[in-house]
Amino acid sequence: MKKLNLKYIGLFIAAAAIVSCETEFENPIDEVDVYTSGEADFSNYVAIGNSLTSGYADGALYLDAQTKSFPAIMAGQMELAGGGEFIQPLVNDNAGGLLAAGVPIPGFGNRFVLASDGMGSPAGPAVYTGATPTTDITNTVTGKLNNYGVPGAKSFHLGAPGYGNIAGLLLGQANPYYVRFASSGTSTVIGDAVAANPSFFTLWIGNNDILSFATSGGSGVDQLGNLDPTTYGSNDITDPNVFAGAVNGYVTALTSNGAKGALINIPNVTSIPFFTTVPSNAIPLDAATAGQVMSNPAIQQYNGGLQAAAGAGAITADEAALRTINFTAGQNFMLMVDEDLTDLSGFGLPNLRQTNDTDLITFTSASVIGTRADPNDPLSVIGVAVPLGDENVLTSTEQTAISDAQNAYNTTLENIAAANDLVYVDAKAALAEVAAGGVSFNGGVLSSTYASGGAFSLDAVHPTPRGYAFTANVIIDAINEKYGSTIPKVEIGNYRSVQTSDLVN
Amino acid sequence: MNKLKALAVLLLISTMAYAGGYRVSTQSNRQLAMGHTGVAVVNNADILFFNPAGIVHLENKLNFSAGGFGVFSDVSYQNAEFGTTAETDSPVGTPFYAYGSYKINEKLAVGLGIYTPFGSTVSWEPNWAGSHLVNEIELSAIFIQPTVAYQLFDSVSIGAGPIIAIGGVSFNRNAGRSLTNENGERSNVAIEDTGVLGYGWTAGLMFTPNDRFTLGFNYRSLINIDSTDGTASFTNFPVSSLTPANGETGFEATLPLPAELTVGVSYKWDKLLLAFDYNRAMWSEYESLDLVFDNGTTSINPRNYKDASTWRLGAQYEANDKLTIRAGWYFDESPVQSGYFAPETPRNDSQGYTFGLSYQVNSKLAIDASFLYLRFKEVNESYDFFTDPGASTASSFGGTYKSQALIPGIGVTYSM
Repeated sequence: MKKLNLKYIGLFIAAAAIVSCETEFENPIDEVDVYTSGEADFSNYVAIGNSLTSGYADGALYLDAQTKSFPAIMAGQMELAGGGEFIQPLVNDNAGGLLAAGVPIPGFGNRFVLASDGMGSPAGPAVYTGATPTTDITNTVTGKLNNYGVPGAKSFHLGAPGYGNIAGLLLGQANPYYVRFASSGTSTVIGDAVAANPSFFTLWIGNNDILSFATSGGSGVDQLGNLDPTTYGSNDITDPNVFAGAVNGYVTALTSNGAKGALINIPNVTSIPFFTTVPSNAIPLDAATAGQVMSNPAIQQYNGGLQAAAGAGAITADEAALRTINFTAGQNFMLMVDEDLTDLSGFGLPNLRQTNDTDLITFTSASVIGTRADPNDPLSVIGVAVPLGDENVLTSTEQTAISDAQNAYNTTLENIAAANDLVYVDAKAALAEVAAGGVSFNGGVLSSTYASGGAFSLDAVHPTPRGYAFTANVIIDAINEKYGSTIPKVEIGNYRSVQTSDLVN
Repeated sequence: MNKLKALAVLLLISTMAYAGGYRVSTQSNRQLAMGHTGVAVVNNADILFFNPAGIVHLENKLNFSAGGFGVFSDVSYQNAEFGTTAETDSPVGTPFYAYGSYKINEKLAVGLGIYTPFGSTVSWEPNWAGSHLVNEIELSAIFIQPTVAYQLFDSVSIGAGPIIAIGGVSFNRNAGRSLTNENGERSNVAIEDTGVLGYGWTAGLMFTPNDRFTLGFNYRSLINIDSTDGTASFTNFPVSSLTPANGETGFEATLPLPAELTVGVSYKWDKLLLAFDYNRAMWSEYESLDLVFDNGTTSINPRNYKDASTWRLGAQYEANDKLTIRAGWYFDESPVQSGYFAPETPRNDSQGYTFGLSYQVNSKLAIDASFLYLRFKEVNESYDFFTDPGASTASSFGGTYKSQALIPGIGVTYSM
C-alpha cells in the first residue's frame, strides 16, 4: 500500500515537471533569420560624414546625443539583421565643450539646454553650466571605429591630409573633432574609414558646403567655377565639380571591397529652424512710434533720393519701390544692408532696403533685432534706425546660389548611387515634410518648430535625438527597399527632444 | 484500476491560482488542487475562506489548516515592428493562508482566517521598452477574517464575518518614454506604502438537502485600499521648473480590491467528489489608478476594467484511507479590456490546470500539496492611454505578450 502511494506522488512530481516548460512565442523575434540583411552585409557598418553623422546637437558634441546619433541608432537595429559591434569616438561628458591640453578651445563651448523662467514656463536656450568640459582632444581615441562623423567637415575635408593634425589647428587647417581620432597627423577621414574595412557604409556629406554660407547670412563667396578648395573661405559655397570629384573618390574607395552603402542627400536650408524661426517682419510698432520713425529726416532724404535716382535712370522704378523705407503701425519689415542692390553712392545713398517675404532671417539675429546699437541712444534700434548686417539676412539672391549648388550636389549623389548600386536616401524630401506641418508619430507630431517641434535641437540646425531617430528610420526604409533587407525601425517617441535644465550659470 | 487512476491523473494534466487582474486565487492547497472550487466543498478549515457558512459542517470540534505557495511567473514581451524584446525577472510570490475553526455546539461555530487573496509582483528589466508604464510593481494584501456560522435549518447554514485588510504597494516606473536628466538618465518615479488598512465583509450560505449534494453562495465585499501616508521618490529629473523636483514627497491613491460573488455545487459518490464554482469579480470598480503627489503633479492612469467571470471544475478521489488525490481546471476571464493592457498586470484570459494530493499522516494530521499551471494564450495587445510629460497626444505601447505561472503549494490540516 505504501509503495502505491509513492507511485502517485512520483507521478505528481513528474507531471509537474512536464508542464513546467513553455514561455516561447509562436514566432519569436529574437531568433536568427527573423530580420534579414538581404543583399547587404551589416556585419561592419561604418558611417562617414559631418556633424549629422557624429550625433552633434545643441551646438556641441556631447555624450547623450552622441549615443543617439543616427548611425548608432541604425547599428542597434542592424544588430537584429546580422550587424556587429558599433564603436563611436565617444566624448567624455555631457557638457560638450572641448579642451586642448587642458585649455578650452574658443568656439567649442558647452551645449545648449532649454532654460525655464523658474516658474514653470520655458524661457529659451542657454549654455549648460551644470558640468565643466573634460573632453581633451589631446587624449586621442585609437583603434578601429565605426563612426567617422566629423562636425564641421565639408565634402573636400574628408580627403584632406592633415585635417586631424593638431599642429594645423591654429592655422584653421585642422578640425579638433578629427584630431581626437585621426590615425596620424597626415591621415584622412576617408582613409581611416576605408581602413576600417566596412561591409556597409553611409556617407552623408555636403551639408556644410552650403550651410556655412547660409548660416553666415551669405557673407561668404559662391565659389562656382573655382576648382581649388584650398583657396576657399570657411563660409563659401563649394563648387559642385569639387563636390562631385571628392564624393566620387570616396565612394570608389569605400566600394573597392564590394561594400554596399547609402548616400544621403542634402536637405533644404529652409527645412531648419535656423531660417524659419525669426520672421522677416519682426518689428512691432504702434502708430505713434511708426510716425516718429518716419519723421526722421534721414529716411525722408533716402526715399526722396531714390526717386531722384530712378528719375535719372540709375535704378528702375521697381528697385526704387523695393528700397523705399516705410514703417507703419503693426509688424514691420526690418531695415537692412543689401550688397546686391545697385550702388548709389554717387547719389550719396547707402545700400539700404527693408526686408521682405523672400528674405530669411538667421536665428542668431533674434538676439540683436530690436535692441539698441548704442545702449544710451533710443534712436539706435537695430532693424529700425540701424540696419541689420549682411550676416543677419539670407536674401533671395543668396538663397538661389545655395539651392543651385544643393541641386547640383544632389544630382551628383543620385548619379553616383545609381552607378554603384548604392542606396540614395532622399533626406531632403523627408525633412521638407517635417518642416511643412510635421510628421505624426506614436504620441505626437514631429515638426521643425524651434524648441517645441521636437525634431531640431537648440542650435536650430542639428536634430535632437528624436530627429536623429526619425532620420535613422528614413535611411532604414531606403536600405530595406533597395537591398531587400528587413531591418526594423525604431519608435521615435522613445527618443527625447530638447533637454530642459536650469543649470545655466 | 490503478492504471485507470494513473491515466485519470495524466489526462487531467494533459488537457490542460491566479485570477485576472491582481487577484491571486491560492487560498487553499486542497481546493486549489480542485481548480480552486470550494464554495460548496467541506474539506477542512479552508472552507472559512470559500464559504463562511461551511465551518459549522466540519466534523471535528477544532480544525486548523495552514499553507503557502511559491508563485513562479514569467511574462515575455516582443514587438516585431521595432525588434524589441523583454522578459520579466519577477521575484517568487509567496501567498499563504491559515484558518482555524471551533465548533461551539452542533449549530454554532466560530473561526478566524488569515490569507492573501490579492497581490502581484512583476519586475521588468530596468528601462525596458515599456518602462514608462512599469519597471517594477509589488502589491500585497493580508486579509484577517473573524467568522461565525450558524445552522439555520437542517439543510441551511449561514455564516459571515468582517474583513480587515492590510495592504502594501511599491511601484516604480519611468516618468516618460524619453524624459531624462542632463546626463541622459531616465527620470523615474517610485512610490511605496505599507500597512494601509481597509475594511470589508463576507457572508455565505450553504444548502445541504442530502448527504451527496451541496449548494453554496458566497459574497465578498469591495475593499478600497486608500493610500495616504506613502512616500513617492522622484529621481533623475532635470534641474528645471518645467519638471518635478527630485526628492521625496507624499502621494494619495486608491486601489480597489473588488467584490466577488461565488455560486457553486458539489456532488459526492462514495469516494469521488465533483465540484463546480462560478465566480463573478466586480472589477469595473477599477476605473483609473490616479496618483496625486504632494508636489503638485498627478499621474492619471485609466484602467477601465470590466467585471469578469471564472468557471471552475474540480474533482477529488479518496484513493485509500491515507491518500486523497485531486485535480481541476478553470477558465479565468481577464478583466482587462483591449487597449488597456498595461504590463504591470499583463493578464489576458487564462486556463488553470491543477492537481494535488493529501496524505493523512495520522488521524489528526494531514499534509496537503497542490500544483497549478496557469496558461495564457499569447496575445497582441496595447495600452493606449499614456501621455508623455508635456505632450498633448497619448501614445500606445503594445506588442505580443506571453505569460505563464507555475504555482506549487504545500500545507497542513490538523483536526481534533
